[in-house]
Amino acid sequence: MNLTLKIWRQKDAKSKGKFVTYTLNEISPNCSFLEMLDILNENLIGKNEEPVVFDHDCREGICGMCSLYINGRPHGPDDAVTACQLHMRKFKDGDTITVEPWRAKPFPVIKDLMVDRTAFDRIIQEGGYISVNTGGAMEANHILVPKPAAELSMDAAACIGCGACVAACKNASAMLFVSAKVSQFALLPQGRPEAKERVMKMVKTMDELGFGNCTNTYACEAECPKSISRSNIARMNLEFICANTSW
Amino acid sequence: MAELNSKIPKGPVAQKWSNYKAHQNLVNPSNKRKLDFIVVGTGLAGASAAASFGELGFNVKIFCYQDSPRRAHSIAAQGGINAAKNYPNDGDSIYRLFYDTLKGGDYRAREANVYRLAEVSNAIIDQCVAQGVPFAREYGGSLENRSFGGAQVSRTFFARGQTGQQLLLGAYSALSRQIKLGMVKMYNRHEMMDLVMVDGKARGIIARDLITGKLERYFGHAVILATGGYGNVFYLSTNAMGSNTSALWQAMKQGAYFANPCFTQIHPTCIPVHGDYQSKLTLMSESLRNDGRIWVPKKKEDAEKNRQGQLKGNDIPEEDRDYYLERRYPAFGNLVPRDVASRAAKERCDAGYGVGPTGLAVYLDFKDSIKRLGKHVIEERYGNLFQMYEKIVDENPYENPMMIYPAVHYAMGGLWVDYELMSTVTGLFVAGEANFSDHGANRLGASALMQGLADGYFVLPYTVQNYLSAEIKTPRIPTDTKEFTEAEKRVQDRIEKLMSIQGTQSVDHFHKELGKIMWEHVGMGRTKEGLTKGIALIRELRKKFWSDVKIPGKPDELNVELEKANRVADFLEMGELLALDALERNESCGGHFREEYQTPEGECLRDDENYKYVAAWEYVKEGEFKLHKEQLVYEETEVKVRNYK
Repeated sequence: MNLTLKIWRQKDAKSKGKFVTYTLNEISPNCSFLEMLDILNENLIGKNEEPVVFDHDCREGICGMCSLYINGRPHGPDDAVTACQLHMRKFKDGDTITVEPWRAKPFPVIKDLMVDRTAFDRIIQEGGYISVNTGGAMEANHILVPKPAAELSMDAAACIGCGACVAACKNASAMLFVSAKVSQFALLPQGRPEAKERVMKMVKTMDELGFGNCTNTYACEAECPKSISRSNIARMNLEFICANTSW
Repeated sequence: MAELNSKIPKGPVAQKWSNYKAHQNLVNPSNKRKLDFIVVGTGLAGASAAASFGELGFNVKIFCYQDSPRRAHSIAAQGGINAAKNYPNDGDSIYRLFYDTLKGGDYRAREANVYRLAEVSNAIIDQCVAQGVPFAREYGGSLENRSFGGAQVSRTFFARGQTGQQLLLGAYSALSRQIKLGMVKMYNRHEMMDLVMVDGKARGIIARDLITGKLERYFGHAVILATGGYGNVFYLSTNAMGSNTSALWQAMKQGAYFANPCFTQIHPTCIPVHGDYQSKLTLMSESLRNDGRIWVPKKKEDAEKNRQGQLKGNDIPEEDRDYYLERRYPAFGNLVPRDVASRAAKERCDAGYGVGPTGLAVYLDFKDSIKRLGKHVIEERYGNLFQMYEKIVDENPYENPMMIYPAVHYAMGGLWVDYELMSTVTGLFVAGEANFSDHGANRLGASALMQGLADGYFVLPYTVQNYLSAEIKTPRIPTDTKEFTEAEKRVQDRIEKLMSIQGTQSVDHFHKELGKIMWEHVGMGRTKEGLTKGIALIRELRKKFWSDVKIPGKPDELNVELEKANRVADFLEMGELLALDALERNESCGGHFREEYQTPEGECLRDDENYKYVAAWEYVKEGEFKLHKEQLVYEETEVKVRNYK
């Protein structure tokens, strides 16, 4: 495949960025999107130019590190994948592909396509846990969890924290991410003792960090590589209302 | 240099850990506040250790090269975690888990460590459930188990095909809680560059801030390395792109011994290699072997036609299929340990029965299970794995059998540690995949997660305390001292040297070349000739690297190529040691298969008389290593030939 790439280049957080156009020839359709970028970088190094910086690590769709906005979609033109799982067979020979970083105020650009997502860690630090010290746990089977609840909890827990939901949202809302963590614990008996405090603290921090609100367009769910359901947002809203009315 | 003293406590194996805990030294709460730790790596071992130390009241600094601690590669573990709960009432016990793990490791692991691992396994499950890890459940609400390779009981706990992710997020949540409480300070996008020694003890690290490129100095009364395995020395592996051996290698240069580097695990069920541009290999969980049957065509001509695309797997009739694992190992069938399954796949492909365009693949077929259980059950069990396969290969595994082939996956070898998980450097502890102690020559499935969390939650909090009890009077050492300055200078000099080469080839070029040498000469089937040649080729490549590598950009800024160059420079030394260790070990055991040493049936031929030891290598200078041996003593178990037939 022969391709034209329009890639966002930005020297650092303070500099102004711009699109730079590159051409790539003879790319195999079985190549992953990130492998295609590897080939581009190899070419750039050969020409004494600086390679394109982008985040990536596991390359199997689970670490959540890759974060590319490809042709106007987080993780590109395939459903339920991360950019590292996207393959070039999803494009056509001769295509022009636009690659941008996540665009959201709480995710400032570090360089080129790499952004700072520590805001997500900050939200988790506010309550995305059950307060149990090592060694303080009871026998595992003393806590019975109904299978349907465990399954729903797992659906929510599958979130990889990549930030595609924020990038997809016109309000840069982190509701899907936060609600997934709130739901995982709210659905389990172990998570109930701290449920009220958890949802209030996490939502407050989310707001303080500059994430927008939810206006129910569900772009987050559509672009989530793990298909996290928007029903988690409804569950979080319910938890939030209950927490604020019956504290 | 240090003598190898494994410090195994006295007494029967089942009482060693209790005895240790009963007599170890502790640090009182007011002194804990005065003690600092450094933890490098935020995977299962690192995150769980840091969280546990924070809870105890110590001050912890933790480092990872990723943008968030949640990204560590433990996250990619799929299948499950073992524990001796015996919930299914199928005959499991701590002893049996201990025995299976020791046998699975082909009697090259330290007995006392393995027993302790089995002993704390149940507490890990309790801890993770309390943290809200959503393990699979039965309809009654209790925990569900499944079976894994190398065991005849069902003792594996799992969260769909994402068990590693869920356990890591559990440890990450505990870590996050301690970060919020101020007990742990997180340094993300920081990479350890060197170890700082003060008066013969590990007292700190030099780290590079990957965003600014600046070198920074950090002090700790003790340093814990939980930096994972070295599988990327093969370039193509199931490891994350950033996984590296540099922290271990720098520690080695400061006196830590590297143990059993040749024990690397080749995982049997990975998606086959498909092109030169490929950057990594994707694992298909071992759990698939519960319901999938592995086969190749019985007739060579069928395999030939299949490779040319003229005959599909589905069109080969039942009687013309060779379910070679079931044929060769009737007792364990498709659930033989990983090393056995990998070698059997290689044997069939080498003999000309391989399938797929490259001929380097075998089939993993779910047809019978789908018929028996229904598609929905298979989907519920393995849905995410099937989806992953389809995205990569562009073929529907519900309709066509999966193609799989072995790939480098896990490092059983690592820095040598004693029973307390302390290396030969005083005050330097090593946990998880980074150490060598629990898996011998082969790791059983669902044991890595168990070991990472055992080390972090239930071993280090005791053993490190024992060490620190003698350090309560050591004040915090300022980082402007001679030792820190010298260590930083070492790093600075190396970076300048790398940047000054300005050759013609990229870092990746050298990494790929190294990978090819390793796979061909130090891979699944090793010979004296091949290994000798491999060592010569690695040395040659290393020389070329140091004269012809090209690193664009500057050192004092975000520079991904420089990060990679630092790691590859160490792999180019580590690869040689791996080959040397394989050459020195004149036997076959577990993942280490020397073609000269096999039974007439092609199984591993171990030499217990001469090689029942841990090979611990001391770094002398570049390309020169000195071998030390820890003889393995089996008090509780009889060392037998491993038999899965």
